[in-house]
Amino acid sequence: MGLELTREEQRMLDGEYGKAMRKAMEIITTLGEIYGANRLIPVSSVQIAGVSYHNLGEAGLEYLAEMAEDGKVRVLTTLNPAGMDLTEWKKHGIPEDFAVNQQRVVEAFAKMGVITTCTCTPYLIGNLPHYGEHIAWAESSAVCFANSVIGARTNREGGPSALAAALTGRTAEYGLHLDKNRYAQVKYEVQAELKGTDDFGLLGKVIGDRTKKKIPYIAGIKSATTEELKSFCASVATYGGLGIFHMEGITPNQTPVPDETEIVTSEDLADARDALDDENAEIDFISIGCPHASIKEIAMIAELLDGKTVAEGKTVWITTARPTKDLAIKMGYYDKIERAGAFLVSDACCAVAPLKGRFKGLMTDSAKACFYARGKNKFKIKIRTAEECIREAIS
Amino acid sequence: MRLEGRRIFKGKAAGEVLYTEEDISFYGGCDPETGEIVEKDHPLQGQSVAGKVLVFPTGKGSTVGSYVLYALKKAGKAPLAIINRTTDPVIAVGCIISEIPAVDKIEIEKLRTGQRVEVDADNGVVTILD
Repeated sequence: MGLELTREEQRMLDGEYGKAMRKAMEIITTLGEIYGANRLIPVSSVQIAGVSYHNLGEAGLEYLAEMAEDGKVRVLTTLNPAGMDLTEWKKHGIPEDFAVNQQRVVEAFAKMGVITTCTCTPYLIGNLPHYGEHIAWAESSAVCFANSVIGARTNREGGPSALAAALTGRTAEYGLHLDKNRYAQVKYEVQAELKGTDDFGLLGKVIGDRTKKKIPYIAGIKSATTEELKSFCASVATYGGLGIFHMEGITPNQTPVPDETEIVTSEDLADARDALDDENAEIDFISIGCPHASIKEIAMIAELLDGKTVAEGKTVWITTARPTKDLAIKMGYYDKIERAGAFLVSDACCAVAPLKGRFKGLMTDSAKACFYARGKNKFKIKIRTAEECIREAIS
Repeated sequence: MRLEGRRIFKGKAAGEVLYTEEDISFYGGCDPETGEIVEKDHPLQGQSVAGKVLVFPTGKGSTVGSYVLYALKKAGKAPLAIINRTTDPVIAVGCIISEIPAVDKIEIEKLRTGQRVEVDADNGVVTILD
């Protein structure tokens, strides 16, 4: 068959709508050809990754600036976290030259009409697709949440391919856009009580490490909060490269139940915790909000920190989206957190901010944050519940 | 000898092959300023991809790798062309945004470092010149 374009799409590829559109269409059609798509389909929502100047570098910024010369997004488009809080960066110890470059990145996106919210949880702040909707998202945790928890359809896009989808309003129809690629391939029977975002992150690591890209059908989870699910999504995508999973009684997609069954026990979860925990980690950095904290999590943390003081020599980052921070300010949560000496940081997170060398040991409730803290920032780590993290901060 | 494959990104180039049987991660694995492969224990560690017809099975690693190819191009250190067994999205997108001719579905084991080849990416053809 090969990839067939509509007349309009061919015009976009031929450059009739300008340079950025042509380049974007080249990306979309090439990916379509590589993966054997027969056609392009419209997308209604895009999430772009590759926003932190720390990851993007000067070349990435140059590319964005080039696309921004005549490129304009055609659909609702939001951004992944940047390398800093876009307004309060100075008090978080971000260097001035980094801040200037980070602002240039955000400005390039803004020029293209992107909503510069800078969060890994677009679904919490107004970029919320519905069941069955075709979208093009980057950010592995959000991809997993959109496909699995919401039942929308997206491949695991990279930064440039997500931007290309935003500029064209299209993606190629392959991979997770098609029913046949969304069915479960192996069943995981969870024989353990899970409680809290850290436990769900550990489950994500256990299954991610084991499943070798096979789509899991997870049974035995009695209930899960949205916060626990976002933690699970982040972890299973980080450790397993997965874009979708099924959780019996919790996620909405239809799938046959696979015969091949694996058991997950509480020992497996304990082993995963041991594998993440560094012995003799000296904790001087505590971070919650990977993926970005919800208003519910922030309310809970504000309550725990109310009237307390963060211990000398410790730094606390609660990371979230800007609209959530604004709400937290309005609700008085921000004051409670900041009066205790902790920071409510928006737009950024501990994985993409330029933090290498600043801390020795991180305590977090996020299995994903552990991965990046260890690999990229060379911190020692400990994974604990959000409550234990806060207790560590004020001890 | 003529090897036939598939166009990933258009263009023509002729030059010397730099061959590896190991996959390449450009993000973290290749210095964006010099083109040197810096991944520890990679067979090409210490060698530069600049100005070569770079031949490797497929890409691996972070999607930020696409931007590293773009950085190499801007620094004048990009490969002349890329030949893969199977091009992955990170490399494909990198070649498109950097306008590096690229082909895949090529029997890369027929190529070796030092050979002179001509890459006609428009038609997905690689010709060994010596």
